[in-house]
Amino acid sequence: MADREERRFAEVPRESVKLMAESAGVELTDDVAALLAEDVCYRLREATQSSSQFMRHAKRRKLTVEDFNRALRWSNVEAICGYGAQDSLPFRPIKEGELFFVEDRDINLVELALATNIPKGCAETMVRVNVSYLDGKGNLEPQGTVPSAVQTLSDDLLKYYQQITRAILGEDPHLMKVALLDLQSNSKIAALLPYFVYVISGVKSVSHDLEQLNRLLHMVKSLVQNPYLYLGSYVRSLVSSVMYCILEPLAASINPLNDHWTLRDYAAMLLSHIFWTHGDLVSGLYHQILLSLQKVLSDPVRPLCSHYGAVVGLHGLGWKAVERVLYPHLPAYWANLQAVLDDYSVSNAQVKADGHKVYGAILVAVERLLKMKALSLSQPADTAQPGSGGGMGFRVSSPGLSPPPEPLSEPALGIASHLQAGGAGCPWEDWTAVPLPAMYGELYSFFGDSLAVRFSTGPGLGGCPPSPPALSADTRKEPSGSAANPDTARKMPQLTANLNISPRQDGSPRAEPAPPSLAAPGRSLARSSSSSSSVQRSRSSSSRPGQRSAGLSRDVFPKARFPPPQAGPPAFSFLIGGRQMGRRCQGRRFQTSFSPQPQSTVPPRAYAHKLPVIGRVGKPVRRWACSHYSLHLPL
Amino acid sequence: MAAVQGGQIDPEGEKDIKTEPSNDGSGNNNANDGGVLSSSPGATSSSGTTKTLTAGAEDQQTLLAVLQFLKRNKLSESVDILRREAGLSDDADDSKVSDTAGSGLGSTVNVDAEGGDANSLLNRVTIATAAPPATAAPAPTKVPASGGEDQPDVNVVLSAYSQQGDPPLYQVYYSGLKKFIESVLDCHRAELSQVFYPLFVHMYLELVYNNHEMEAKAFFEKFSGDQECYYEEDLRILSSLTKKEHMKGNETLLDFRTSKFVLRISRDSYQLLKRHLQERQNNQIWNIIQEHLYIDIFDGMPRSKGQIDAMSGSLAGEGKRDANKAKVFYGLLKEPEIEVPLDDEDEEAENEEGKPKKKKPKKDSMGNKSKKQDPNAPQQNRIPLPELKDSDKLDKIMNMKEATKKIRLGPDNLPSICFYSFLNAYQGLTAVDFTDDSSLIAGGFADSTVRVWSVTPKKLRRVKSAADLSLIDKESDDVLERIMDEKTASESKILYGHSGPVYGISFSPDRNYLLSSSEDGTVRLWSLQTYTCLVGYKGHNYPVWDTQFSPYGYYFISGGHDRVARLWATDHYQPLRMFAGHLADITCTRFHPNSNYVATGSADRTIRLWDVLTGNCVRILTGHKGPIHALAFSPNGKFMASGATDGRVLLWDIGHGLMIGDLKGHTDTIYSLKFSRDGEILASASMDNTVKLWDSMKAFDELETDDFTMATGHIHLPENSKELLLGTYLTKSTPVIHLHFTRRNLLLAAGAYNPC
Repeated sequence: MADREERRFAEVPRESVKLMAESAGVELTDDVAALLAEDVCYRLREATQSSSQFMRHAKRRKLTVEDFNRALRWSNVEAICGYGAQDSLPFRPIKEGELFFVEDRDINLVELALATNIPKGCAETMVRVNVSYLDGKGNLEPQGTVPSAVQTLSDDLLKYYQQITRAILGEDPHLMKVALLDLQSNSKIAALLPYFVYVISGVKSVSHDLEQLNRLLHMVKSLVQNPYLYLGSYVRSLVSSVMYCILEPLAASINPLNDHWTLRDYAAMLLSHIFWTHGDLVSGLYHQILLSLQKVLSDPVRPLCSHYGAVVGLHGLGWKAVERVLYPHLPAYWANLQAVLDDYSVSNAQVKADGHKVYGAILVAVERLLKMKALSLSQPADTAQPGSGGGMGFRVSSPGLSPPPEPLSEPALGIASHLQAGGAGCPWEDWTAVPLPAMYGELYSFFGDSLAVRFSTGPGLGGCPPSPPALSADTRKEPSGSAANPDTARKMPQLTANLNISPRQDGSPRAEPAPPSLAAPGRSLARSSSSSSSVQRSRSSSSRPGQRSAGLSRDVFPKARFPPPQAGPPAFSFLIGGRQMGRRCQGRRFQTSFSPQPQSTVPPRAYAHKLPVIGRVGKPVRRWACSHYSLHLPL
Repeated sequence: MAAVQGGQIDPEGEKDIKTEPSNDGSGNNNANDGGVLSSSPGATSSSGTTKTLTAGAEDQQTLLAVLQFLKRNKLSESVDILRREAGLSDDADDSKVSDTAGSGLGSTVNVDAEGGDANSLLNRVTIATAAPPATAAPAPTKVPASGGEDQPDVNVVLSAYSQQGDPPLYQVYYSGLKKFIESVLDCHRAELSQVFYPLFVHMYLELVYNNHEMEAKAFFEKFSGDQECYYEEDLRILSSLTKKEHMKGNETLLDFRTSKFVLRISRDSYQLLKRHLQERQNNQIWNIIQEHLYIDIFDGMPRSKGQIDAMSGSLAGEGKRDANKAKVFYGLLKEPEIEVPLDDEDEEAENEEGKPKKKKPKKDSMGNKSKKQDPNAPQQNRIPLPELKDSDKLDKIMNMKEATKKIRLGPDNLPSICFYSFLNAYQGLTAVDFTDDSSLIAGGFADSTVRVWSVTPKKLRRVKSAADLSLIDKESDDVLERIMDEKTASESKILYGHSGPVYGISFSPDRNYLLSSSEDGTVRLWSLQTYTCLVGYKGHNYPVWDTQFSPYGYYFISGGHDRVARLWATDHYQPLRMFAGHLADITCTRFHPNSNYVATGSADRTIRLWDVLTGNCVRILTGHKGPIHALAFSPNGKFMASGATDGRVLLWDIGHGLMIGDLKGHTDTIYSLKFSRDGEILASASMDNTVKLWDSMKAFDELETDDFTMATGHIHLPENSKELLLGTYLTKSTPVIHLHFTRRNLLLAAGAYNPC
């Protein structure tokens, strides 16, 4: 009874009535307005009462505008038009003056009428049967299964589906291209989405067939790029398929002649694309991905190709992912990797080659981490905005990722542009970032010179490359192996970083015994001929011992160009300059230089064990006096 | 006292209704008059009582006044009519007036005219009562005070609320009565408490009518909390009504006024109340009781609170006891004798299943071998039924064959449930029906379409066009097969024709026709041979909420917002019978298995059973606390189940007009009820996404021993819902709106998947 007394009716205030009257050009006294308001309330309640009948008989719980209109119609009142939309109408206040109104946007009917990409109408109404057999006692779990796909396909759609899948998985590359393009732009295939997703989930059954895996991944890409598809929860399924290609020790990778590395690179790129464009559809997706990548990375039992996948995956997710997952894991992982790389036995050759791959991937990832970190430091305002920071982060993320062989180089650019637009920042929890100098110091202790190498001395210290980014990418010189590694440069068109290390003690690697030349370099060369930059990079690194033993090291390594060593601790400073690429500040130039504190928290030697290969710092770094690094990052 | 006895329904007053269903037109009007007459006893009786007091001179005077009034309102036509009819008996005139007022269906054009007439009636009443000084025993003397003169344009329905007493005193009156009733002996208190609600409403309305808005609000505030919770809906409507102007055209109010609120009170309690009111000279309340309440006095023990609560809750109180006295032939008709080629296989199968003994007699009693006439069954030809066609006979044979394979259900042997989910029913599924042989399913949708699906592999086909049909060899054996157009075979067909949501749908027993009723006020008959609309039955001018075919075909019943249920025959464009009496929308309609009776459930929270032959209302069943949305007869015709928005299922004994069970468990509106083929299990389907199975056999058995209950009509319902509930089966986000038992006792349920 108490709550019955509390019951209140919605009431129309007399002010509203007066306002209405004024808008119709009638002046009302307060008394009249009050009376009218009361009457209006009553009539409204009456109409609502009778409209509830229509709701009940329609066997619904929700009273619709239509019900109300029916009630009005049957009481000989004109129906109210224009409120039949299924979506709730936003009811907004105007700040100044307590006015509330229902937002009513203009709709361009011409545009709507002439639109060609209107998705086909919803699926046919149909009847499905579920049977619950009782045991006689009636003991039965709550029944009623909801069919997963609540649509039947029309004949057209079915045909389309068959044609497309046949074309994509078939032999004809041209047909495949056409099919993929259509999949990417067709606006009427929403009903087929579950089917395609199902097909794609078949990756697990074709793990022996690189070609098929590749095609399925391309299918993923087309679906992801289709602007008319709402992926919804299918994102999860797609991601798991892609992750499978990135992380699993595919059957295809047993044969070293199969270039599963490319596949992994491509899948990683795809993953990052899905994440940046559709990550908001599934909550917690980012962290789930990070977790599974981390799990693989920290599992020493996994084969190296899985680790490689994890690294490129992280790389694809942006430098922050690298910072948060890969970087903390590096010390632990390094020991394992080193063990592999240190083993010169013939039986280990294959594994070692794989190890070099991983090494290369890590190197690329941490390089970008450093670069971006430096960039974020130099541009605190910019990184404060997660959107632009994320976008930036991704734009430069590509160097580690290879452009996959032939049909993909073009779409890859498409992806990049996509990401620029949709690069939403991911949620960053408070996480104590390692200061850049410390990070550099630690990383340097792992990679030594080869880390520095990546920062390229190309356009020269302090000089702003006058050429536009794309051009600079082509003109930029790779320190030594640039001729052999054009891909590496190509993938970082918009950001150049110059790191000058000076002075550098020449020949420090040489102090180590030259590793025996093995078949690995040659093999990796053959493998990487059509392969990614990271592959090439790792090839270059893996082949380095061999080359060095052949006395070619000077050509390969930039450090050779450095002036003779001087005394003193290594010190470096970054000079960052370039053009800002944010949408708002297109092309504005900037240049920042900074020199972090030279004393790093981690002594450089800490991890500089006996790594005979690339980047090995044989002698204490301290001996190089006054190392001076600079990063020049034209944007 | 006069009012107390005056409210009798006079069954003789019903016009004769021809038994030939094939006569059209005229039968309609007769039925209309008859039905309405019975529905508005209050109005007739009151005019009847006053008439005795009127003298001829006053009659003349009244007539003149009326004529004057009509002229003033420029109702020249009415004036003419009145003049012409002045020589005729006033009774006819009176009853006509009350008819129209009572039915509340007049079109807008007529309302004014009626208002005029009605007002004249009122004038006469007041004048009449004023003239003789306080004759009729305790009748109030204040009545005529300002009477009907004040508002000449107000409906008669409202004008009865004349100025009486001092508005602020209303609270005193009411609380005085309240105090008295609270102080009486416990055994009387519950009975007398029934008076509270109608009294409260009428007092409130009087206050409102006389423009005492503030007092009315205060009165409502003070006493609305005392009312039973099941009147909450009505109270909400009342509370929004605070202006005299709003009273016009308010349906709930009309209901209140046109019908007397019926209370059943034992003689002792009634005497107590009467004595109290007379002692106190509390004419205000006494007047209301006389004018607006019908007190059905019985001798014997006062009823308990539980008994009263079980029966009350309807818009106009309980059904009168004598309303349920008429004999109802609830037995089943004899099945026509059909030569059943019983093949040996079936016999063997039956034996193997190990339940032949029990079933045999059952089948016999229902089947063709029974030669005895059930004493409770109506005459075979009580209403004419269509002759069986060959195809019907074949179907009957099929039915019997299937029936032999029927699973005998019981508490230990529950039916399997087959759920038909309507997917992508964004248009809003509003009604579903299965054919008796479960081969077709039809859905009515809010987008005005009707869709029919075949649930067997057999596809739906149209008959060929006339031109193609002429080419067919009509002598060939498979001519029935040849007339079908293979090109049109499909799993479903859509029927377009309605212009509003389809709320009711029903297959004919022979599966040749489909009925649909819609918001557009029509009932349509569709052919399932050609999948076209054959007839649109127009008669209900308002939304038609439900329709159903007779179990023998040919007839069908419809009911809707206009509160009138209509009985139609498929070959007549006008209804054969109109069943008027409900005080609110008719929400569901069902045929009795013997086709001689029709049950209607209504938003006034009563169920009425109508005799198809005479058009009389033979049962008024009260007890539901919300609009009734589901009805089902047991297969033997003896019992009925009803479900309402209150989530309760009530079981009724039709022969005695008694409530015999109250099944609680559902939490939302019950949209469908169905007995299993043998009546052992009752299945209920609800908006709360569940199907529940109940042990109906047990519920019926436990009651039949109690003779006393049968005699007095007062029931003690055992609280046994939990024991009777055999199982609850959940769907996933699918409100269940239809149930059907196949001939083998598999339970089919249907609803639209509603993911949000």
